[in-house]
Amino acid sequence: MSTPALEIKQVSKVFIKKERAKRFLNTKKEKVVALSGISMSVSRREIFGVLGPNGSGKSTLIRLLSTLLLPDSGTIHIFGHDVEKEPFAVKRLINRVSVDAAFFKKFSPLENLAYAARLYGMPIRQAREKMRKIMLRLGLKEETFTSPMENMSRGMQQKVAVARGFLTSPTLLLLDEPTTGLDPYSKRDVQAFVREIREAHRATILLTTHDMEEADRLCDRIAIIDEGKIIALDTPQGLKRSVSRRNGQDATLEDVFIELTGKKMEEKEQDK
Amino acid sequence: MNPFMKEMRVAYAFIERNINLIKRYWGWEVVWLIYSLVNSLAVTYIGAGMEKITGQTLDTQYLITYLLVGTLIWSYLSVIFYSISEMIAWERWEGTIEYTFMAPVSRATHLVGTTLFAIIYGILRTLVILIIVASFFNLDLAGANLPGAVLLLLAGSVSFVGLGIVAAVLPLLYPERGAQMTNAAAAILLLISGVYYPVETLPAWLQVVSSASPATYVIKGMRGCLLHGQSTRSLLSIVFILIAAGTAVIMVGLFIFGRVERYAKRTGRLKRSG
Ligand SMILES: Nc1ncnc2c1ncn2[C@@H]1O[C@H](COP(=O)(O)OP(=O)(O)O)[C@@H](O)[C@H]1O
Ligand SMILES: [Mg+2]
Repeated sequence: MSTPALEIKQVSKVFIKKERAKRFLNTKKEKVVALSGISMSVSRREIFGVLGPNGSGKSTLIRLLSTLLLPDSGTIHIFGHDVEKEPFAVKRLINRVSVDAAFFKKFSPLENLAYAARLYGMPIRQAREKMRKIMLRLGLKEETFTSPMENMSRGMQQKVAVARGFLTSPTLLLLDEPTTGLDPYSKRDVQAFVREIREAHRATILLTTHDMEEADRLCDRIAIIDEGKIIALDTPQGLKRSVSRRNGQDATLEDVFIELTGKKMEEKEQDK
Repeated sequence: MNPFMKEMRVAYAFIERNINLIKRYWGWEVVWLIYSLVNSLAVTYIGAGMEKITGQTLDTQYLITYLLVGTLIWSYLSVIFYSISEMIAWERWEGTIEYTFMAPVSRATHLVGTTLFAIIYGILRTLVILIIVASFFNLDLAGANLPGAVLLLLAGSVSFVGLGIVAAVLPLLYPERGAQMTNAAAAILLLISGVYYPVETLPAWLQVVSSASPATYVIKGMRGCLLHGQSTRSLLSIVFILIAAGTAVIMVGLFIFGRVERYAKRTGRLKRSG
């Protein structure tokens, strides 16, 4: 058997939040358990979904995989490379798209992508061609390529972010809520592109979302995560079957979530 | 392609990015240039006005050149210091820091790119200020040792690169206050390095501190070259010390940076939640 694309064992992450008290030099410290004992394995060329409400630890997990955070305990291997001990080997294999399209606001998409391409040591001429191709494929218009990012809509910016993530041909692409806040059309473009990446290229994709429908449509397997713990992990069909067997009718992922937590996902988010 | 050329190509990412930043934020650039220029002029006029201030006959020409050398060298060194210390602050401000830290780029390569840019930019900027300020006063650099001055300036850049790396750590540790702390550090260097007056004027304890600032040696040597035509040969020991000390500061700086980067990744300070 070949090494899995991603292997996570017993990973935990706690943040210390400092709350500035009124008195000078007297700060209260509060522990936030973002992830607690996460284990999972993702096979090559799988689209793996991490579904959970806001604050459940999805972004923290993605940051641990991208070497931007170090785990408190547990290990993470990406194609056999330990994220903590071999960060460079890992960095060459991955890229990430986050919810907030993080760019130099005054730069054009081409300038932002050229910066990324150079950081990854890509020959710039080839990279330029590839950028255009990907952006056109994502439905961006040629005339937007050279105007400042700050003039673009959120949906367009997010498409440029997806283009940046895919530009370096990562073997593991980490998508952190890539469609959150997008209009339905942009959302569909991005989702279609995600499926295409997996089919036309040999990429493994880890995608987080709080959109049940998106998880159901895109993912081969889904881990449902709540308060930093995986509460279920199966194929979409498997997850739904586990509930419908008891109710006798077609279940949705929402039903699965309610069954497992006793609450709707939105209620969970309002609690936060 | 050999590994060195590969790294240099990656380093170019930071040069191109910084050039683009200047192009896009040219308004700030102009404002900052005017600020430095006016500052240099104001300081140099103190020298020009000294006879009127004291009512005595003085070598005004010497005073003008003395102050001008101080203000220009300081302007150059602080550009190096700020350009490097801002390599993190900019990315934090734009929100791109996670993407840069995620890329397979060593901090050394990051630094080489940033430094090359800083030196070229610092030299060009200082030349512009020099040309304009010189047109206000009649400078006499007839007996000056210009090649020696350039050598000294480049040697001095090395230590300021090192200090810049140490300062670059601050925005990683203190997302909000980091930038102001860098300003405070620069102001302290200005006070203790004898930029506008001989360090001997300072209280004894500050003189001790001043001997730890690389700028003290650069500025003293520059005055030797430009005002007294000191020979390059006699500067070599200072040049050597500046390069050696500068290299040590860079090494220590990179070490501290590595530790702080790790700390930031442990505690989640690279970026707030999102
Ligand atoms: N860098 C950080 N510093 C402090 N707390 C954080 C940080 N990142 C995340 N958290 C906290 O950890 C929890 C999980 O956050 P996150 O992983 O962003 O969840 P999600 O992406 O599922 O919305 C939240 O309570 C959040 O406030
Ligand atoms: Mg998130």
